[in-house]
Amino acid sequence: MGTKCDALIIGGSAGSLDVLLKVLPSLDPALSFPIVIVVHRKHGTDSLLPELLSGRTKLLVKEIDEKEPLSAGNIYIAPSDYHTLIEQDHTFSLDYSEKINYSRPAIDATFQTAAEVYKEKLVCLLLSGSNADGVNGLKSVKVWGGTTVIQDPATAQVSYMPEQASLHAKIDHTLRIEHMAEFINLLS
Amino acid sequence: MNLELPTISDGQVEILLSDLLEHYGYDFTGYSKASIKRRILRLYSLDKALSFAEFRYRINNDTFYFKRFVEQITVNVTEMFRDPGFFKTLRDVVLPKLGTYPFIRIWLAGCSTGEEAYSISIILKELNLLHKSLVYATDLNPIVLEKASQGMFAMSQMKQYSENYILSGGTNDFSSYYTANYSLAKFNDELKSKLIFSTHNLVSDHSFNEFQLILCRNVLIYFDRDLQHKVLTLFDDSLEGLGYLALGTKETLDFSPISPNYKRIPGEKIWRKIG
Repeated sequence: MGTKCDALIIGGSAGSLDVLLKVLPSLDPALSFPIVIVVHRKHGTDSLLPELLSGRTKLLVKEIDEKEPLSAGNIYIAPSDYHTLIEQDHTFSLDYSEKINYSRPAIDATFQTAAEVYKEKLVCLLLSGSNADGVNGLKSVKVWGGTTVIQDPATAQVSYMPEQASLHAKIDHTLRIEHMAEFINLLS
Repeated sequence: MNLELPTISDGQVEILLSDLLEHYGYDFTGYSKASIKRRILRLYSLDKALSFAEFRYRINNDTFYFKRFVEQITVNVTEMFRDPGFFKTLRDVVLPKLGTYPFIRIWLAGCSTGEEAYSISIILKELNLLHKSLVYATDLNPIVLEKASQGMFAMSQMKQYSENYILSGGTNDFSSYYTANYSLAKFNDELKSKLIFSTHNLVSDHSFNEFQLILCRNVLIYFDRDLQHKVLTLFDDSLEGLGYLALGTKETLDFSPISPNYKRIPGEKIWRKIG
């Protein structure tokens, strides 16, 4: 498909963990770009998610620390109860401002800041979920020339989020779960 | 926020920040760029600015609007007993240690609208330490301090705060600390008798006292590394030996020049000054 990718951001809410658990084991362990995962989860319940996901892949999985640089081949998990933003110097910053779409982390915040940084070399993938977080973010991604991808709503446990995205933003690719890993590997 | 198009460029953000420094002496140039830009864009769209030029003119020439600008570009989201586990450690470990001192001085830096200040007061009172404590709660922003000094918070938050309070080890009836006044909960005057609310700008102001406990949670995340180091040095200069420094859940002392003098309480973002 010829897309050159400098970063892949995956956003999801209800029903997205299952997708991640299915996709991660098939990822190429030598990816040439970082993956950032922003999923809604309850605050206070720990950092189980990085642990859970790191059992499924050879890529390094870690929760984001503020000011940490993004490095190729790593999978970064947005911490709960903060917004994850991406800076022009390709580092993360965290932000405890108002919830957006009732969510913190908000997928929109990460998509939007990444859109301006990586422009046409950004790929954003929105998974299953029950609210419309991420939709405005995908619009920004298009404004800056990036690639927008959604989970095929027919394969989503909760189809609302990818459906809203397809209604309100221009979507470049709609993927079934079993095609996601191959798609991601080909971005490398 | 619904922003489809970039309405303010990075260069224009720089212009606004240097205006603020030049005209008002507020230095935001060491703030993390992505966050402050989002805040500025949010205000720009909230206030339906017609153009960047108009927006800039208003900030520079309308003092009321300038105040609003400073209030809005800084993040003032806070809650009582946020991260209950942290407050439990304060209650069970840190404050009892400080309770052996004849007098306890605490600095809460970046106190915003005061929810944490009142939380600390409640714990001090329950530990029977309030009478010999003084809590300096500071923020750069006079508008939020005005709110903080009133000690009134939304009634709608009380259920959540009460749950946090219980999780943090509180055993009293949380509602005994306030009186309901329509949509507001007014906290008892006794709780603010030892709170001193005052402006202090971490970027430009100096140390003003020595403390045994300094809390600054979820403020450093908005600063770049250089400014973080500068502010941590300011805290180090303001902290007595064996005093405690508490940061936010995602903040750390690790990369700072002062870290060799500090020992962390395992599992918590609280460090004790040992050097």
